[in-house]
Amino acid sequence: MVRALDRKLLRDLRRIWAQALAIALVLGCGIMVLVGAQATLRTLDGTLAAYYDRTRFAEVFSTLKRAPRGVLDDVALIDGVAQVEGRIATLALVQVPGMAVPATGQVISHASEGAVLNLPVLRRGRMPLPDRLDEVALSEPFAEAHGLIPGTQLRVILGGQSRELTVTGWVLSPEFVYALGPGSVMPDDRRFGILFMPEPAVAAAMDMTGAVNQISLRLMREADPRAVAIALDRLLAPYGGTGAHDRERQQSHAFMTSEMHQLSAMSTYAPPVFLLVSAFLVNMVLGRLIALERPQIGLLKAVGYSTREIAWHYLKLALLIGAIGIAAGWAAGFWMADAMIDLYAEYFRFPFVRRAANPSALVTSAALGLGVAVLGGGRTVWQSVRLPAAEAMRPPAPASFSRGVLDRALDRLALRQTSVMILRSILRWPGRAAITLFGVSASVAVLVMSYFMFDSAQLLGASVFGAANRQDLTLALSEPEGEEALLAARSLPGVVKVEPGYAIPARLVNGAAERLGAVQAHWEGATLARLVDDHGAEVALPPHGLVLPEMLARALDVGPGSWLEVELLAPPRETLRLPVTAVFAQGMGQEAHIAAPALFAALRSVPQVSQLHLSLDAAQRGALDARLGSLPAVAGLIDWVEVERQFQTLLRENLLTMVTIYTAIGMMIAVGVIYNAAQILLSERSYELATLRVLGFSRREVAYVLVGEMMMLTFVAIPLGWLAGTWLAQGLVHAVSSDIIQLPLAITRRTYALAGIAAAVAAFGSVQVVRRRLDRIDLVSALKSRE
Amino acid sequence: MILQPEASFPARPVFRTEGVTRVYRTGAVEVRALRGIDLSLREGEMVVLLGASGSGKSTLLNILGGLDRPTEGRVFFRDTELTHATEAELTAYRRAHVGFVFQFYNLVPSLTARENVALVTEIAARPMPPEEALERVGLGPRMNHFPAELSGGEQQRVAIARAIAKRPDVLLCDEPTGALDIATGAQVLEALHSVNRDLGTATVLITHNAVIQRIAHRVVVLADGRIVRDEPVTDRLQPAELTW
Repeated sequence: MVRALDRKLLRDLRRIWAQALAIALVLGCGIMVLVGAQATLRTLDGTLAAYYDRTRFAEVFSTLKRAPRGVLDDVALIDGVAQVEGRIATLALVQVPGMAVPATGQVISHASEGAVLNLPVLRRGRMPLPDRLDEVALSEPFAEAHGLIPGTQLRVILGGQSRELTVTGWVLSPEFVYALGPGSVMPDDRRFGILFMPEPAVAAAMDMTGAVNQISLRLMREADPRAVAIALDRLLAPYGGTGAHDRERQQSHAFMTSEMHQLSAMSTYAPPVFLLVSAFLVNMVLGRLIALERPQIGLLKAVGYSTREIAWHYLKLALLIGAIGIAAGWAAGFWMADAMIDLYAEYFRFPFVRRAANPSALVTSAALGLGVAVLGGGRTVWQSVRLPAAEAMRPPAPASFSRGVLDRALDRLALRQTSVMILRSILRWPGRAAITLFGVSASVAVLVMSYFMFDSAQLLGASVFGAANRQDLTLALSEPEGEEALLAARSLPGVVKVEPGYAIPARLVNGAAERLGAVQAHWEGATLARLVDDHGAEVALPPHGLVLPEMLARALDVGPGSWLEVELLAPPRETLRLPVTAVFAQGMGQEAHIAAPALFAALRSVPQVSQLHLSLDAAQRGALDARLGSLPAVAGLIDWVEVERQFQTLLRENLLTMVTIYTAIGMMIAVGVIYNAAQILLSERSYELATLRVLGFSRREVAYVLVGEMMMLTFVAIPLGWLAGTWLAQGLVHAVSSDIIQLPLAITRRTYALAGIAAAVAAFGSVQVVRRRLDRIDLVSALKSRE
Repeated sequence: MILQPEASFPARPVFRTEGVTRVYRTGAVEVRALRGIDLSLREGEMVVLLGASGSGKSTLLNILGGLDRPTEGRVFFRDTELTHATEAELTAYRRAHVGFVFQFYNLVPSLTARENVALVTEIAARPMPPEEALERVGLGPRMNHFPAELSGGEQQRVAIARAIAKRPDVLLCDEPTGALDIATGAQVLEALHSVNRDLGTATVLITHNAVIQRIAHRVVVLADGRIVRDEPVTDRLQPAELTW
């Protein structure tokens, strides 16, 4: 049988259901983010681990010029190496039916006896037969994007020769979960694909029979990847090794890790805000309920219930609200994890997804949810139930007001009395006003923090496309050439302007600190491909020395005036000692920049180019595209117009989904806070407000007292929220920054404006719901019932 | 001292009701609060509505004050019929013409005495200054005090000042002395009396205290929703002369 007191509990809950629900939803949002992000992380982590394990994803990677296969035996002898795989990899142009510009293909040789490491996962058809030189298996996303089903013919320019290949199957590779083409800023399944070809075919095309140019290793359990990489570099130096690296610098893996970092940071920074607001709300609502039930508390005591029993009764109500929030948060969290994993599945290509909940996140979130209820309710409950029975049964003393300095100021303002009522109410209950301020500013802060990530992405886009890369097309040459290549390119159809580019892989060393990166040369007066900082401002290159992005400089512990050893990892393979002359703000990039004359003077060579940046006449694009496919010297190309279009599309699509979700979550806080605050205000002052109606105030005039107070607090809270949001965004930037990527901290006016508007709209909407109740007040009965 | 009798009032009525009936339904229960009230109240007149608890006097006052509508019958304020007035029309009517005084004062606790009066003068067409209204009820020196700092009698006098400050055509008082002791009650009645005398405001005063009828021009007695007696007071007294 349900005890009478428990029955009262359920009825109390039913009476304040809307308020309880508003609190539970705010709490639920926090728990959703926590549980959802953690489950997503766990799923990505588990999927990745299983995928890597099954496909024997390597732990150390090295690219070299050319080494005889025999070197693999020496590599296997390095301390800590468990397995070695050597292969031939190169870039090719792929002519896809229906695409004017050829796609870039990453060709990877497939060992006849089957690969040992980095096993491709067959998704459809079969792998090419070892003795069929004209067969190829394609990466699934690329094949899918073009409908290249097994049996389709494909024209590929490989090693300067055009050849016809037959597609045999579709595969996925652990090396290309996040498949980024050379020079691209995001995956493009149409323009970049992986081609697995039998080793003899690639070897023949590249004149690499009996040789390899990529080596990957799997290590023994206790081995140190860094030590192995150093030993490997030493061994491969004579063969043109360009520097070994561990998984942390493997492109696909690094991008996923960075994404997971962001998610993890989000799950750390957002939930506390929601939990704190919920605790305040529980405190506010329970406090009001207990104030209304004072006589009942007295009565319960009078008939013999102990203080402890009564306290537990009210605490149970708080716990019940907490439990509803937890349940809602869990459900929404699982939904969110599903949605995010589906979203990730578009960019991260896994052969399978191992969905997993995170039990510790469930336990933690439940403990936090109930903790919020106890924290929020505990003090109020205990203070109230401790009143002696007789005192509790008397109505509480009326709020007393007295005139202070502020009132004399109010007199001078000559405000209308309804405005005076608003101000006095705020001043009389500063604690409650503070909770409302805190809640609404938290809402604004969460919105600023959420929207700011798009600002960063857009800033990045503006910097990459608007300022840094104004060229229409970049051609990557298979080998560096002399400056005469510029003239050849200038003569291609539709080319309006050509600018040179040169990059060479290098190891940058400062004592014990070292980084694998590249040196990029810049020509004076370049207008197409320029060096810019995070804010899109062009970085002036001094005539001598290196200019480093901030992150790289910090990682190497150098600044202007320091010297760096630059070990070139491609011919001429020299080690240069160059001064660092400047550092500039750039979040991404592991490249040291230098003026071209300075670099080539240091190298004692004539200027060379490895990239050609082209500005085109759009009308002649067709003619150019027709020629590009047959230029043997071109190993790859980046169509910047297309890349930018894709970037914007991606941003727009994600923007809509994510902005909708973030806005809903952020607004939820404002709704929960304002709805509850307004409801309490109405409950406490309905008698007073009904009196105003009797005195001849219109509904609108009376509603002003309610709406005015809430909106005034909201408008004060918005700028506070902007400050708090900026602070949260800083924290987020700090948390997600790795030494590879650093988000620029840039918050636009639009973000501040949108966050403020969203919170104001949420507040206004919530107070309107309560206002409707005020409008419907029955004057006669409101006047009769005094509390 | 005998005051002027009812006969000297002009014939023009402020209020007129014709067969006003009010039925409340709560669930299956039907309560007939008023059963066919015919009543008229003239300019400048002070009428005491007398009756036991549940006799229907508050319901009648609420209907006259535009807080409630009759179930049947008609109500007129001067030439305007209130029977079918909209919510907004009733609000405008209360705002322009009616002053209310309640048993529990209904002051806004966060406003001082002067501000409580100003609350009404700010929305009235031709109000008197709040200070003047408070002087009239003898509270000039206390006007910067908050309700919690005033005694019950003082609070009720603030309520009266608030009611008269807009120069209403009618003053409707529901048990204005119900919560007060004799001496304080007499002060409040004195305030009402002087307003009626000096400003000529028609006043309806509800009470269940029969003694109070002697300050009025006329007494109307209700029982079970009907008028059982309606007669002029011939031996009027000053409020200070009342004892109960």
